[in-house]
Amino acid sequence: MAWDFDPDKPLYLQIVENIKLKIINGEYPPGARLASVRELAAEAAVNPNTMQKALSELERNGLVFSQRTSGRYITDNTLLLKNLRHQSAKQHIEKYILCMQELGFSAQQAVELLQEYLRQGDRE
Amino acid sequence: MTDVLLECKNLCKTYGHKSALNGISLQLQPGKIIGLLGPNGSGKTTFLKLINGLLTPSAGSLLINGKPPGRESKAIVAYLPERTYLNDSMKVREALRFFADFYSDFDLQRAEEMLRNLNIETTARLKTLSKGTKEKVQLILVMSRQARLYCLDEPIAGVDPAARDYILRTIINNYNPEASVLISTHLITDIEQVLDEVIFIREGELLLHKTVDDIRFQNGKSVDALFREVFKC
Repeated sequence: MAWDFDPDKPLYLQIVENIKLKIINGEYPPGARLASVRELAAEAAVNPNTMQKALSELERNGLVFSQRTSGRYITDNTLLLKNLRHQSAKQHIEKYILCMQELGFSAQQAVELLQEYLRQGDRE
Repeated sequence: MTDVLLECKNLCKTYGHKSALNGISLQLQPGKIIGLLGPNGSGKTTFLKLINGLLTPSAGSLLINGKPPGRESKAIVAYLPERTYLNDSMKVREALRFFADFYSDFDLQRAEEMLRNLNIETTARLKTLSKGTKEKVQLILVMSRQARLYCLDEPIAGVDPAARDYILRTIINNYNPEASVLISTHLITDIEQVLDEVIFIREGELLLHKTVDDIRFQNGKSVDALFREVFKC
């Protein structure tokens, strides 16, 4: 299935985020070989140039490395992966706090509401 | 990226005293998928016809791979016109043979595979096919050439969404760093994510030629949203 994209943001940045998430959740395990640019582009239903740009960005971040003859691989640097996971968690937390502030709750209240929610276990 | 696949300078086309294209200057590089966008009657089809040598410029110049439109350019440009030109009494198989005869770069196997994927019988006569299926056949013929420049005039307008996805996927899979695809369409949202660049034309004039990423970065909106804003009626 084609990946979902937000129409207002540059595609390659969204692909970067998408692949980061797949690295974090283990869909792309450490050290795994990535499919070719063409295959990934077809999977995501984007232009191969865009996919290439996203992968170059991930290479710059060190999350992906390429071996000249055999393709691209996910890093097996566990420290880097741990940081990535925390960074991503931090972004979600920031978003949560921001949303709660927009609703007029203080950070403290937001935390309390979250704790209450978890205690009640009223999740689907 | 130094080479230029298509270059036009001050390209003009007038029909009688009505101007259809008015001083278009641009360059297209190989390895790109480019959207040619503009409202009805803005000159998109005229531009594609000029590239394919079906019309001659009234003024200005147009070079494809360094040469003006002619025999050599037709050998490297694959054109999907807005209307079908195949003989309706032909069978699909005969149309394949027709193309294979005409174009040395035609890949018969590829065409047969795509027809199979879309469940189109090669023994069917074109006149027995629905409008959309006929369009698919035509597009398959054009995309099965190993051309340098594909000019597709409204390739997805008449086909269902599932086939649309297949066609876009075909364009992606067919991607070749030596070749570019120029697509004219109104269905921007459907093709936006496969495009590298877009060209906006209005009343025969070039309004904008940018990469999709630049538009999203600088304008913070999708190409579709920008189009609606620029061409607001």
